[in-house]
Amino acid sequence: MTTSLLIVQLLNGLQFGILLFLVAAGLTLVFGVMDFINLAHGVQYMLGAYLAVTFVGLTGSFMLGLVLALAAALLLGLAFEFLVFRHLYERDHLDQVLATFGLILLLNQAVKMIWGAAPLSVPVPEFLSGNVRLLDGILYPTYRFALIGAGLGVGALLWFVVEKTRTGMLLRAGASNAPMVSALGVDIRKLFMVVFAFGTMLAGFAGAMAAPILSVEPGMGDTVLILAFVVIVVGGIGSIRGAFVGALIVGLVDTLGRSSMNDLLRLFMAPASARATGAALSSMLIYLVMAAVLFVRPEGLLPAKGRS
Amino acid sequence: MSAVTTPSMAARPAAPTVRWLAPLAILGLLALLPLATALGLPSHWLTLVTRAMIFAIAALSLDLILGIGGLVSFGHAAFIGIGAYGAGILITEGQTELLVALPVILIVCGIFAAVTGYVSLRTRGVAFIMITLAFGQMAFYFAQALSGYGGDDGLTLNEKSTLLGREIFANRTGFYYIALGTLAFCYWLARRLVASRFGRVLRAARENAVRVTVTGYDVDHVRLGAYVISGMMAGVSGFLLANQTDFVSPAFMSWQRSGELIFMVVLGGVGSLYGAIVGAIALLAVEDVLSGLTQNWKAIFGPLIVLFVLFTRGGIAGLMAKLRGSRDG
Repeated sequence: MTTSLLIVQLLNGLQFGILLFLVAAGLTLVFGVMDFINLAHGVQYMLGAYLAVTFVGLTGSFMLGLVLALAAALLLGLAFEFLVFRHLYERDHLDQVLATFGLILLLNQAVKMIWGAAPLSVPVPEFLSGNVRLLDGILYPTYRFALIGAGLGVGALLWFVVEKTRTGMLLRAGASNAPMVSALGVDIRKLFMVVFAFGTMLAGFAGAMAAPILSVEPGMGDTVLILAFVVIVVGGIGSIRGAFVGALIVGLVDTLGRSSMNDLLRLFMAPASARATGAALSSMLIYLVMAAVLFVRPEGLLPAKGRS
Repeated sequence: MSAVTTPSMAARPAAPTVRWLAPLAILGLLALLPLATALGLPSHWLTLVTRAMIFAIAALSLDLILGIGGLVSFGHAAFIGIGAYGAGILITEGQTELLVALPVILIVCGIFAAVTGYVSLRTRGVAFIMITLAFGQMAFYFAQALSGYGGDDGLTLNEKSTLLGREIFANRTGFYYIALGTLAFCYWLARRLVASRFGRVLRAARENAVRVTVTGYDVDHVRLGAYVISGMMAGVSGFLLANQTDFVSPAFMSWQRSGELIFMVVLGGVGSLYGAIVGAIALLAVEDVLSGLTQNWKAIFGPLIVLFVLFTRGGIAGLMAKLRGSRDG
């Protein structure tokens, strides 16, 4: 692999990691604060992408479509919270897993019925459509840089809200001991609603941002959900910092593994068997990393403080 | 439940007669089904119930660790897949003998369960759910990458397994009774395990692992043992499934399949063992009816799961216990 290819793959890995972070942050936030395991987080990501397809198509403007898609994702999140999730806060994880699993089946099918089973796409917005020239004539798409920037921006905003604001203080307190926060006079139900809606919007944002570079299709959320799980297990459940570190590790390992495993194995294997083994190994690589991390640190790399 | 109920009374298992009567009635009814099809019930039922019994074996094995051990495994479909691929690959290579395939499948499933279980059991609760899910996906991607054996498209089998050269799986009614016999044996085995000292430690560790550890038992060893047994049992159901469908594919171990298995257990009643059998049959029957109604049956099935979780507690076995309880006053 040449240096220029390595740089491009590193950027790809970074961009994939940022995307995973946006999904995993919402997932781990909801879990950390509400002790709620939301499998439907992946289909909320998918909905974000489909809403972007619709609204960008309707308005003809990427930015306007994105804003409308986020608003719609937020409304949907509130509707789910009202109809299903709020009845599950007190239940055990098994009930939460099952109910949100039912939602996945419904929403995957509903998306197929509304938008069809064929993959859709969103055009890359005009003002981000070019390439950025890196050193020595290496080109990298502007939109992917924008995605990395937007993800870092959202990450910084999230960090600021959670660590520096009053709401964030209540969130962290609620994550450690919800009944105590409630006893101090905070409306914990409202707090949960806000966290949940915000988490849904984060997933929707990730989906909408991914729409121009990935194909938008039913089931696209399921793959991302599993990867987001790996991310938060590696990073430490309930921890935003952990989600960030975990997402970058998973994004880079997965991308670099896929691009270099073949070459690596060819050093000591026949090309045909290297290709077959490489394909199998590279899809399993992040799970192997996860197993290794857990073997050494069962709590993840950066576990949230105050949780037992 | 009144205020005078003590915790020990609340945790009291069903009366012994009920515990034996319900499963015996279920297995007895199942044994009579081929007779009903001979008398005019559509033979489609025989195939459906065979499939349901095969899944019941997997659900039963899941209930051992989920219901008895309190460990929510979300990657159980991987074992079905390994069992199915074990049969599929051996048959493709010309080895149809059951006496070869079964030990191979049991060993491979046992090793996979031992390795993944060892890592997964270092964690508890949600982390355990996610890790088992991730290992399930690992098996899924591995099957997808098996380009020599169908890869993404799956593998069609031209032959069924044989016992000492005899084609015992070829006859539909015969196959029905093989599945029923295997299910009955697995149920008996699971019951024996739960009643043994091993099962009591497993159950006690679900309630309070620290206390059990202090008593001198190695909780992790017992849990890992249960995980391995459970994985092997699910592997057997995969072997039967491959022989029924004459086809194996990565979809056998998709995480949605693992979710369905959990739903079977919850539908029937967590920890009751026979509930897993009821749940598997009920679920496949509902799926069969719904998919006959509309192509978009999952849009109905999904909300049904949500409603079931929101409005019932303890599944079908729980409902039955509740009915009994209210009748007793």
